[in-house]
Amino acid sequence: MRIGSPREIAPNEGRVALTPATAQQLQKLGHECLVEADAGLSAGFSDEAYRAAGVTVVDGADELFARADVVAKVAPPTADEVERLSSGKTIISFFYPAQNKDLLELAQGKGANVVAMDMVPRISRAQKMDALSSMANIAGYRAVIEAGNNFGRFFTGQVTAAGKVPPAKVLVIGAGVAGLAAIGVATSLGAQTYAFDVRPEVAEQIESMGAEFVYLDFDGGQQDGAATGGYAAPSSPEFREKQLAKFRELAPQIDIVITTALIPGRAAPKLWLADMVAAMKPGSVIVDLAAERGGNCDLTVVGQRVFSDNGVVVIGYTDFPSRMAAQASTLYATNICHMLTDLTPGKDGKLVHNMEDDVIRGATVAFEGGITYPPPPPKIAAIAAQRPKEKVKEPTPEEKRAIEAAAFKAQTRNQLGLLAIGTALLLVVGAFAPPAFMGHFVVFVLACFVGFQVIWNVSHSLHTPLMAVTNAVSGIVILGALLQIGSGNWLVVLLAALSVLIATINIVGGFLVTRRMLAMFQKS
Amino acid sequence: MMIGIVSAAYIAAAVLFILSLGGLSGQESAKRAVWYGMTGMALAIVATVFGPEVGNWLVIVLMIAGGAVLGHFVASRVQMTEMPQLVAALHSFVGLAAVFIGFNAHIEAEDVAGLDAAARSALTGFAAILAYKVPVELSIMKVEVFLGVFIGAVTFTGSVIAFGKLAGKVDGKAKKLPGGHVLNAGAALLSLVLLVLYVNGAGTWTLVLMTLAAFFIGYHLIMGIGGADMPVVVSMLNSYSGWAAAAIGFTLGNDLLIVTGALVGSSGAILSYIMCKAMNRSFPSVILGGFGATTGPQMEIVGEQIAIDADGVAAALNDADSVVIVPGYGMAVAQAQQSVSELTRKLRAAGKTVRFAIHPVAGRLPGHMNVLLAEAKVPYDIVLEMDEINEDFPDTDVVIVIGSNDIVNPAAQDDPNSPIAGMPVLEVWKAKQVFVSKRGQGTGYSGIENPLFYKENTRMFYGDAKGSINKLLAAC
Repeated sequence: MRIGSPREIAPNEGRVALTPATAQQLQKLGHECLVEADAGLSAGFSDEAYRAAGVTVVDGADELFARADVVAKVAPPTADEVERLSSGKTIISFFYPAQNKDLLELAQGKGANVVAMDMVPRISRAQKMDALSSMANIAGYRAVIEAGNNFGRFFTGQVTAAGKVPPAKVLVIGAGVAGLAAIGVATSLGAQTYAFDVRPEVAEQIESMGAEFVYLDFDGGQQDGAATGGYAAPSSPEFREKQLAKFRELAPQIDIVITTALIPGRAAPKLWLADMVAAMKPGSVIVDLAAERGGNCDLTVVGQRVFSDNGVVVIGYTDFPSRMAAQASTLYATNICHMLTDLTPGKDGKLVHNMEDDVIRGATVAFEGGITYPPPPPKIAAIAAQRPKEKVKEPTPEEKRAIEAAAFKAQTRNQLGLLAIGTALLLVVGAFAPPAFMGHFVVFVLACFVGFQVIWNVSHSLHTPLMAVTNAVSGIVILGALLQIGSGNWLVVLLAALSVLIATINIVGGFLVTRRMLAMFQKS
Repeated sequence: MMIGIVSAAYIAAAVLFILSLGGLSGQESAKRAVWYGMTGMALAIVATVFGPEVGNWLVIVLMIAGGAVLGHFVASRVQMTEMPQLVAALHSFVGLAAVFIGFNAHIEAEDVAGLDAAARSALTGFAAILAYKVPVELSIMKVEVFLGVFIGAVTFTGSVIAFGKLAGKVDGKAKKLPGGHVLNAGAALLSLVLLVLYVNGAGTWTLVLMTLAAFFIGYHLIMGIGGADMPVVVSMLNSYSGWAAAAIGFTLGNDLLIVTGALVGSSGAILSYIMCKAMNRSFPSVILGGFGATTGPQMEIVGEQIAIDADGVAAALNDADSVVIVPGYGMAVAQAQQSVSELTRKLRAAGKTVRFAIHPVAGRLPGHMNVLLAEAKVPYDIVLEMDEINEDFPDTDVVIVIGSNDIVNPAAQDDPNSPIAGMPVLEVWKAKQVFVSKRGQGTGYSGIENPLFYKENTRMFYGDAKGSINKLLAAC
C-alpha cells in the first residue's frame, strides 16, 4: 500500500503525520511512503530528510491524494480533502465524528474508509496509538511553559542574598493526561503544586507526580470514573457548589491555574468563574486547556491571550501541541505507525481491516460505504472497577501495649502448657522404662531442645549449607558401624563395613561441599 | 584408650557440633563453623576407633579411605545447581547405613541370645553390651532397632526418589499408585503389627518384611509429591536421617549418636516448618501431596500479556535507579546465575541500587538461590529475604523476575479462591515496572494462572533465562 501525508492546511497547524523515522518503520511493514513537498517543514523535517528515508516527495496535494491508498494526516480533513478520496481509499486522522456528521456522511458517500485517531478506545493494548493522550501530554507540558512565559516570577522558591523568593503556587484542575503532565512539569520547576479532580481514584496518581490532592469534604462521594471508561462525568449541582467554594477559597493564594477539565461529548464545565479571577493577585496566569470546547474559565477567549481588569493573564490558545510541532509530530506519527502496524498483521504491505478487533473497530467510523459510528462498547472494560478502600486503623499506644501484653501472656501460657505436657510425658516414660534407657532419653530430649534453640538462629540464606553440614554430621552413624565391625559374625562385619564406607562418603562429601559453598559467600 | 577418655571426646564432639550449627547464623562465623564440625567429627571417629571394643582395623582403614576418596570426588565435582540432588543422595546414604546397622544389632542380639553364661562373659564389643541387658531392656532395644530400621528405610527410598526427581531422572510430577494414601497407611499399619510380633520374638522375617514395607512407604510417599514441594521434602528427609541416627544411638547406647541425631532431626524439622509456612500450607498437606481443593471459581484475569524485547528492558534499566531481581527455579534450570551476576555488576557500576529478593521456597532446596548467587559472586549483603524487601517494592523502579512464578503471584493476596490464597508472596507488582523473564506463556508448576503477567506495569521478556539475560547484557 502507498501511505501518504499531505501538508496540513489548517491555520497554525505545524504538525505532520509522517516522519522519516516512522516512514522507515512503515517500509519494514511492506508499505511505500509518500509525502507532500514541504509537509514537514514546520516540524523540522526537510524534504531531503524524507528522501533519505526512502520517501517519495510529491508536489501538491492533488497528486498526493491521487497516488496514496492511505492518507495519514493530523487535523480533521476539510470537505475539499474528503472530496479527493474515492472508494477503497483510507484516511487516518483526528476526525471527531460526533461533531463532524456532515463530513462523515460525505466520506461515506465517497466510499472511503475513515479511521479516527480520536476514537481509539482507552484500553491498555491501544495505549500505543492513543494520540489524544500523546497530544494531551504535550499540551500539559506546554501549558506550564506558556504560563511561565507570562508569569513574572520564579517557579521555585529561593533564598538569595538579594532576598527570599517564595515558590509559585500552581493549581491544576482536572488530572487527565494533560493535567498530570502539567503537574509533573510544574513540580519539577519547583512550584508548589495542587491538583483537583472529580474522580477520587486519581488522587494516588496526583500524589505520585508530586502534587497535593485537593480533597473535598463531600458526603455523596466523588464519582467513580471506572463507569465512564476513565473519563469524568458531569457532577451533581451540590457537588459543583462545594467544588466552586473550594476554588474560591484557594483563588487568592494561587499564582498559576491550569484548567484541563473536559467531559466527553459536552461543552467544557465552567469552573474558574469571574469572581475567582478577580480574587487572584495581579500578574497571575490562567492557562485554559479546554478553550477549544468553550473553556473552563469565564474570561477565556478562544485562541487568544487576554488580560483581566486586575491584571490576570488568561491564555486560551488551542494549538499547544502544534506549538511544539517537532515533538508532537514525532509522537503522533508513531501513534499512526502503531495503528498501521495493527492494520498490517501480515507485515506484507496489505491492509487488513479486522472489524472483530476492538481497537480497529472502535477507531473506524466509516467503512466500505457504511457509517460505523458509534462503535459497540469494547469487549474489555477500560479500567477495573474501583474497590472500596479499606481503612487500616492505626492502633493507639494503649491498644498496642494491650496487644503486646496479650501476645506475651499467650506465649507464656503456650510455653507453660508445653512444659507441663513434656514433664508429664517424661514422668510416664520414667515410671516404666529402666534407668539405663532414661539416661539416654534425657540426653535425647535435651539435645532436641538445644537443636531447636540453635537452628532458629540460622540465617535463611545459609539454609543450603545448613542442610549440607547436617548431612555431614548425620554421618555420625559411622560410630554405630565402627562399634559393630569387630563382631565375629561375617554378615555383621560385611554390613558394618559397607555402612562405614557410605557414612564416610557422607562425612567427607558433606563437609567439603559445605566449605566450598561457604567460601563463595562474599560481602560487597 | 580408656572408656573415660572416649566419653570426654564424645562430649567435646557434641559441643563442637552444636557450635558448628550455631555458627551458621552469619556468613562470616559460618566459615569457622565448618571447622568446628570437622574437628568434632574427627574427634568422635578417632576416639571410637582407638577406644575399647573395636576390631578389624584393616577393614576400617580401607573403608574410611575409600569413602573419603569418593566423598572428596563427589564434593569437588558437584555443580552448585545440583546441590539439591547431592543433598538428597547423601540423605539416602544415612538411611541405608541406619538400616544396615539396625540389622547388625538384630543379628548380634540373636547370636548372643544363643550363647551360655560362660560364653557371654567372654564376649567383647557391642555383643558384650547386649549380653548384660535384662529382658525389659532387650524389648526396648528391639523397639529401637525396629524404629531405626523403619526410619532408615523410609529415608533411603524416599531420598533415592527425591534424588531422581531433582536430577530429572524420575518424572517430577506427582504420581500415586491406585489406592493412594490407603496403600501408605496399610504399609504403616502392617509395620505396626510386625513390631508387636517382633517384640514378642517372632523372628527375623518380621524385620525383613517391615523393611520392605518401609521401603515402599518411602518410595510411594515421595513419588506423590511434585517438584515445587521438594524444599519441604528434602528438609523432611534431612530430619528423618537425623531421627534414624538417634534411634541407632539408642540401640547401641551411644549418647553422641543420640545427641547428633537429635540435632540433625530438629534442624530438618524446623526447616520443613519454615518452608511450609512460606507456602502457607500445613505439613501434612504437603507430604500427602497435591494442592488443597479450591473453594470456588478463581478470579478471572482481564488484560493480555505484553511482550518486550531486550532493547526495551535495557532502556528501562538504564533509566532506573533501583532494581530488584527475583530469581526462581527457572534461573537454576537455565544456569543463568553467572549472567545475572554480570548484569548486577554492570548495573552497580552504573551507580544503580541492585538487590535480590529471595522467597523462602524459591528453588528446590531451602536457601538454594542464595548458594547459586554466591557461586556467581553476587555479594550476600544485597541478597535479601522476603520480609526484608517486601516493603521496598513501591519505591523500586524496575523488578526483573527470572524464572519464578507462584512466589510472585498476586492472586495469593487478592483471590480468596486461589489454591495459593494466603501464601506470603513477593509483592513485585507494586514496583513501577516489572519484567518477567519466562520461557513462554503458560502456567507454572502449580498450574495457577498468574495475574501478575497481565498487569499494566508488567512486560513479558520471553526466552530462555540465560539467553535473555545475555541479550540484555549486550543491549545495556
